[in-house]
Amino acid sequence: MAEKKAAVQTMSLRQLFKDNIRNYSMFLMLGLIFVVFAVMTGGVNFSSRNISNIFMQNSYILILAVGMVLVIIVGNIDLSVGSICAFTGAIAAMIYNTGLGLIPTIILTMGAGMVIGVFQGFWIAYAKVPAFIVTLAGMLLFRGLTYVITNVSPISLRDDQFRQITSGFISIPALTIDRVHYLAWIVGAVLSLIVVVAFVQGRRNKIKKEFEILPLPAFLAKVLFVVGMIALLSWKFADFRGVPMIVVVLSIVVGTFMFITKKTVIGRYIYAVGGNARSAKLSGINSEMVVFTVHVIMGSLAGLAGLVFAGYMNSALPQAGNLFELDAIAACFIGGASASGGIGTIIGAIVGGLVMGVINNGMSLMNIGADWQYVVKALVLLLAVFYDIYTRRKAGLA
Amino acid sequence: MSENILEVINVTKDFPGVRALDNVSFRVKRGEIHGICGENGAGKSTLMGIVSGVHPFGSFEGQVLVHGKEMKFRSVRDSEKVGLTIMHQELALSPYLSIYENMFLGHSKNRFGIIDWDELIVRSRPYLERVGLKDRPETIVSKMGVGKQQLVEIARALSKNTELLILDEPTASLNDEESEQLLNLILELKKEGLTCVMISHKLNEVLKIADSITVLRDGESIRTYDARTEEVTRAMLIKDMVGRDMKHLYPEKNPSIGETVFEVKNWTVYHPEYHHIKVVDSASFHLRRGEILAFCGPMGAGRTELMMSIFGKSYGSRSEGELFVKEKKMEFATPQDAIRSGLGYVSEDRKSLGLILIQDVKTNISNSSLQKLSRYGVVDSFAETNAAERYRKSLNIKTPSILQMVRNLSGGNQQKVVLSRCLLAEPEIFIVDEPTRGIDVGAKYEIYCILNDLAAAGKSIIMVTSELPEAIGMADRIYVMNEGEIKGSLDRGEATQEKIMHMALS
Repeated sequence: MAEKKAAVQTMSLRQLFKDNIRNYSMFLMLGLIFVVFAVMTGGVNFSSRNISNIFMQNSYILILAVGMVLVIIVGNIDLSVGSICAFTGAIAAMIYNTGLGLIPTIILTMGAGMVIGVFQGFWIAYAKVPAFIVTLAGMLLFRGLTYVITNVSPISLRDDQFRQITSGFISIPALTIDRVHYLAWIVGAVLSLIVVVAFVQGRRNKIKKEFEILPLPAFLAKVLFVVGMIALLSWKFADFRGVPMIVVVLSIVVGTFMFITKKTVIGRYIYAVGGNARSAKLSGINSEMVVFTVHVIMGSLAGLAGLVFAGYMNSALPQAGNLFELDAIAACFIGGASASGGIGTIIGAIVGGLVMGVINNGMSLMNIGADWQYVVKALVLLLAVFYDIYTRRKAGLA
Repeated sequence: MSENILEVINVTKDFPGVRALDNVSFRVKRGEIHGICGENGAGKSTLMGIVSGVHPFGSFEGQVLVHGKEMKFRSVRDSEKVGLTIMHQELALSPYLSIYENMFLGHSKNRFGIIDWDELIVRSRPYLERVGLKDRPETIVSKMGVGKQQLVEIARALSKNTELLILDEPTASLNDEESEQLLNLILELKKEGLTCVMISHKLNEVLKIADSITVLRDGESIRTYDARTEEVTRAMLIKDMVGRDMKHLYPEKNPSIGETVFEVKNWTVYHPEYHHIKVVDSASFHLRRGEILAFCGPMGAGRTELMMSIFGKSYGSRSEGELFVKEKKMEFATPQDAIRSGLGYVSEDRKSLGLILIQDVKTNISNSSLQKLSRYGVVDSFAETNAAERYRKSLNIKTPSILQMVRNLSGGNQQKVVLSRCLLAEPEIFIVDEPTRGIDVGAKYEIYCILNDLAAAGKSIIMVTSELPEAIGMADRIYVMNEGEIKGSLDRGEATQEKIMHMALS
């Protein structure tokens, strides 16, 4: 920074590493856990079928984690999402069974989730009842209502089309040769191209406006990493049954909310209110509206998650969604969100959710029961957050 | 026994990337009051951290001697064992506990873990008497004023058999009268044999009570004066602190004052919890274009409450009265409304009401103006970065980069970040509440210049301040408040500290 004469300023690699150690180590942890299980399962968890499975098994938690991280950033917590999943799952099944198509069902179910979000958001943002209390009430309320509308028995779906949203694959027969689904490769290639163009364009723009840029090796590594991940997934999907529908749904959700948190005004407001609500208010930010919006988003996403879970189970279960809220919350914290608000990222929540998902999946493949899965997940949560606090303290940020 | 109760010899302390202390040495004689002066960032707090064991032995170079013996403190507890107590700027009392509970918190004698509270009440009395606190020991500390809370802290220190008391900016949140009382108490305790180290920005106070004064600048000990044998003046200290002559504490100004842009009539504010109590009682004032107004008065006069309630009802359960912006009657239901009508407010409490400490400089500056820096709800990050860089340069914010977290900046630079945010929103009417609280002399001067420049550019400024010289040096007109009422106003030129005090207390 000292040399202002140079038109292009690059950050030093060391500074870059120091600033991002937390992000890097998160990905590293996910990779490491994956490799450990690959070794212990003899590579089964790396099989094409299993990769698709990991996304399906964890999709609803990941969707919830996206909403939950917003709630946590704004400084609140939502305990009701598991019950809302059960409730909206039942609603989705009932709507679908009336004969409506899948798309209207999705829209109506997310709408129902949104209404629930409006209800809870009102109590939290405007009536100023603590989110913990409101959503604790919501947890009981919507579990109860689920039992009421389902008569405590599963609702099966009228046909197999509904489950496609979670368990379906996208593949074009014309592009499938020798059981390799080339559509996945094509999608991967197009995505890679878009990523490369966007990255290079962004970098050019920064150079033109004399902003600080990444050093070239770091920039290349970043591009290579993203393209590599896309290629890896394309390969795995092409080898199995094509692009899983749920990966498309997840990508849309994650992409939308990454954009919102990083680039939009409302995204900034969410961080500002979470970082210091009183200061945000005096800066002219309508903090009630921000908190309200976040809970409405959470409700809508819980609606989507409920629908996805019903699709995964191929029926709406009255006891669905049990403890989902805790998995979603744990995903956010493993992904580096701060319990006191203001800190957290969408990508962090996704990686956190995948960490737990990969552990669950790997242990299941090894025939280790749910009992020990709980124990291991608990330790991972504890250690991940400890590591987070430890690195922050070392960096002098705590 | 050594004549010196505390000796610091050639202490050097590095933080990642910065040398906070560079070969610092000074001695504190038994029974004296030793003042330590220096700008923010000069290393005062770090030095006290080393002396009191916050930074453990081994994390720095050099020696700390107490009673002539080298100390290797591993924690604050170790330093307390040898009779050293540090009183931090931010009070460390537990707000919902009583006086005596706070006094003995952490070092209460107990029997098998059971505390005899009655005994503690009895034991607390002599200490409270010594510090001149007449409240009952059972009083909950959050119900007392800051001044009295400070006395509790001192009583707490005395009860720990403290021989050396280190006070970090003890009068920062006290009004003149309370400060006076506290300084007298320190002098009183000195007579009883207590040694004090006092860190302060307020040079007058240091000069008044200190027997010797050490000046720090940029992590180095510049010089120690012995006030008993030589004449020490304010100017000498300032010169040592800033490394240059400071001829004027307040910049020159040639005000050009125009028409009335803002007027408040019969403004009454009710307490947020006790709805019948009037915190501000029918206050009326006006502000003209290019004018700097100062609001003076003792703590609790209702100045901040008045301003915050005007600024979109940010204080109080309700308010009555009329507001006029450019002769148009306005209602501000939220801070947003006020900002839209061209008001800007910089809070006195920049840490809890002004900044978002965990965010970077850029984000803190842009937070108020994102609507302007965005299109269709998407933030234009280039415009944002440019705006932040512009203010970093024009306000001389000392930070390695605009991506630095504001929590890592010094007080003066944090204040400039808050000002930048307010400036970026381009208000016509600035309300700045204690704009120079807790910041050093050099940064103060810069802030004064910024305010004068704004006024010269036709903006209007309301400055709430507890420092009378600042009001007299800066303001075109001074309103004096006390007990929720505006007691009167004084024009530039006719205002003196005595007149203001008289007016406040009349």
